[in-house]
Amino acid sequence: MNTLSKSMRELVRYPSAVIGLVTILFLLAVSAYALITIPYDEATRLWRGGEDVWYQNPKYAAPAWSNYFSDVKQPVSFAVSTKDGSMNKTVEVGAQDTATITVTHSFDYVYDEPPQELILYLDGTFQEKLPFVSVAWITPSGERIRVGDFAVDREMTFRVSQDQKLMKRLKTEDILTALFVEPKSESTEIVKGTYQLEIVAVTFEPNSDIDAEFVLHGTLYGLAGTDHYRRDLMLPLLWGTPIALTFGLLAALGTSLLTMIIAAIGSWYGGWIDELIQRITEINLVLPFLAILIMVGTFYSRSIWVILGVTILLSIFTGAIKSYRAVFMQSKVSPYIEAARAYGTTDRRIIFTYLIPRMIPLLIPALVSSVPSYVFLEASLAVLGLGDPVLPTWGKIIENAFAEGALYRGLYYWVLEPAALLMLTGLGFAMLGFALDRIFNPRLRDI
Amino acid sequence: MATETITATSGQVKKESFANTTIGRVMRYAFVRLLTLAVTVVIGIYLTILIANMGGYVDTIMRNEIRDNTTQSILANPAYRALSSEAREKLIQDKIASEERRLGLDKPFINRSFTYLVNGLTLNLGRAINMNSDSGSRQVRLILLERLPATLLLAGISDLILFFGSVFLALGLSRKYGSFFDKLTVALSPTSAAPPWFYGIFLILIFAGVLHVLPFGGLVDSPPPTTSFGYAMNVLKHLILPASSIIISSFFLSVYNWRTFFLIYSSEDYVEMARAKGLPSRDIERRYILRPTLPTIITNFALLIIGMWTGFTITETVFQWPGLGRTLFQAIGLYDTPVIVGSTIIYAYLLGITVFLLDFVYALVDPRVKVGGDNAQQ
Repeated sequence: MNTLSKSMRELVRYPSAVIGLVTILFLLAVSAYALITIPYDEATRLWRGGEDVWYQNPKYAAPAWSNYFSDVKQPVSFAVSTKDGSMNKTVEVGAQDTATITVTHSFDYVYDEPPQELILYLDGTFQEKLPFVSVAWITPSGERIRVGDFAVDREMTFRVSQDQKLMKRLKTEDILTALFVEPKSESTEIVKGTYQLEIVAVTFEPNSDIDAEFVLHGTLYGLAGTDHYRRDLMLPLLWGTPIALTFGLLAALGTSLLTMIIAAIGSWYGGWIDELIQRITEINLVLPFLAILIMVGTFYSRSIWVILGVTILLSIFTGAIKSYRAVFMQSKVSPYIEAARAYGTTDRRIIFTYLIPRMIPLLIPALVSSVPSYVFLEASLAVLGLGDPVLPTWGKIIENAFAEGALYRGLYYWVLEPAALLMLTGLGFAMLGFALDRIFNPRLRDI
Repeated sequence: MATETITATSGQVKKESFANTTIGRVMRYAFVRLLTLAVTVVIGIYLTILIANMGGYVDTIMRNEIRDNTTQSILANPAYRALSSEAREKLIQDKIASEERRLGLDKPFINRSFTYLVNGLTLNLGRAINMNSDSGSRQVRLILLERLPATLLLAGISDLILFFGSVFLALGLSRKYGSFFDKLTVALSPTSAAPPWFYGIFLILIFAGVLHVLPFGGLVDSPPPTTSFGYAMNVLKHLILPASSIIISSFFLSVYNWRTFFLIYSSEDYVEMARAKGLPSRDIERRYILRPTLPTIITNFALLIIGMWTGFTITETVFQWPGLGRTLFQAIGLYDTPVIVGSTIIYAYLLGITVFLLDFVYALVDPRVKVGGDNAQQ
């Protein structure tokens, strides 16, 4: 413990270690947040969900904050509904089982472009007689535009831009622009201000009711934007963090611990065991690492656990085993081991309690420094289309972005967001590992 | 090993028969080393065959190949023209069955895997299932040979720049230890945590997406320029981004490692001594620092050259560079086992040969290392 606190004190002297530690803590906090707010089942359901889950979002929408960097303000999407109370709904009971339901929603529109689409989802509850609605659009200047009058069936969708009657009434094919410019004028400039959508429904049965949902598809969405399936990128960005950290840390830990144990056993027993380990290392050198991983991913399983296992298996017998062996060979003949042997300690006790703990200073920097390469390995496999089919990961985002030609089409946010997180993870661990290396290997300290 | 050591010592004692024993010792050492490496390569390739053979894909390939060959040879043979289509079909089936028996396809997989191994080791790489070379051939050898130049161009240029650039820069930095650029390199070395394709994304974004000065990917424009000079220039233009991303991704770490390595060597007593004698720093670098570090430099260089063969699978895929790495990835996606095994075999062979040659190169450049002697055994 004393050495640990001493090491910690020494660690904070290195700025790179502090930056690395802060980055890693930040990533851990993000992971915890993702795991708590979005449970695993929910995350996979959302990630694999189609239009039915994500219909409220526009496709290929950049994050909302990109308006800060642009002179032309793009519309930001939103969705409101009577079911969660984000739309006002008042019911007025009339004579002969009729009722008048008024649903309104006011919103500020402060953008320079018209939205991509306005959609009304209406859901009527009735026995025989369909409720009847009149939809009106009220501009900031108080002008009232009649959008449509129709009977509401169960679960119907009304796409404002596609309505033929409205096109005739407004004398234009471009309804979405017409709704947001000065009415009855030639102007094409978007009028900024508070718009109101008003739905007045008349029901003709005792328990008849309607529910409404209003969706505005802008060209921007949320903090992270959306992809080609309308999915909110925030989900894979958040959930990619624990996955990347788990894969990176487990692979690094598994590889370095197993390498060390095997090197210790080999150098302690010597003879054919040592020889066998050396030969396996040479054979492993001949095997193409990435090609085997790709083959396992293509032929066997893309599950992240299988890939993790194979990665560890292939990374044990590498050059590291030789350098550990060299150090074990030295400590094998040191006096304290001789002493342990003299009072009849078992081989296992010597290996696990006398030999290996001595190597921990060497192990820790190597372990931390190797995390980024495994994090990037997981992302690389995902970029090649071999990511876990169920899990939302950073690499998956990049793969999708590439398949959809995001860079070519100027959808930079789609690639930059996961790339930034990957870089953050890589740099965090690399910087910490770098400092640890200098603390634990004093030979490097002066250089 | 013991006998070799004895021969080595007796060689030194009996001066008159020195040449004889040296040759004998080297030969014996070479033989043992070659044998171990050969066994390693064989086991490595056999493992690859086992892995690449998942789900009996290799069997399917073989069966399809036999079917294709037999059907074609019988249909093309004028002697069988006169036969009715049923008789011809029967003939084809018989021939396929006998051919499968001949190749052992009726035997269990374990027996057959050794046939594949022998074919692979004799560089009889066979035919691809789904992939074609650009000239339309199905020969794995031709497919690999066709993609080789693109990989050698990309990997060669970027690796050479990376290697020589970092060694020379590191040598310079080790002399100016503690200077601003030295500290900058140390600070930037964690950037090598990211692989080349990762930097490739940014380079594509900046130079192709935003600035429109360089192409997004590929080897040449379509249609390619007609003059050969124009063609070369065009390829070069396409080369800039992938090569830069490979160089950027490992440059700083490479410089840092070499610099540390050189620094350790330049603090040796004999270097201090040379400095004290007032030797010019160029001589100190060449004769006192570079010379003893030559074996390490050569090892790294040789491993770099082997690394070229596998290319940069993901970088090539991201840049749509038609090289071996991308071919390997495509082959795996198309379940084209012969191509996968073929490229692994060549990689394993190259690696084995290089490791073998390195032992002798060490002995040439480092007089302390003696082939077959005690040093070489460690």
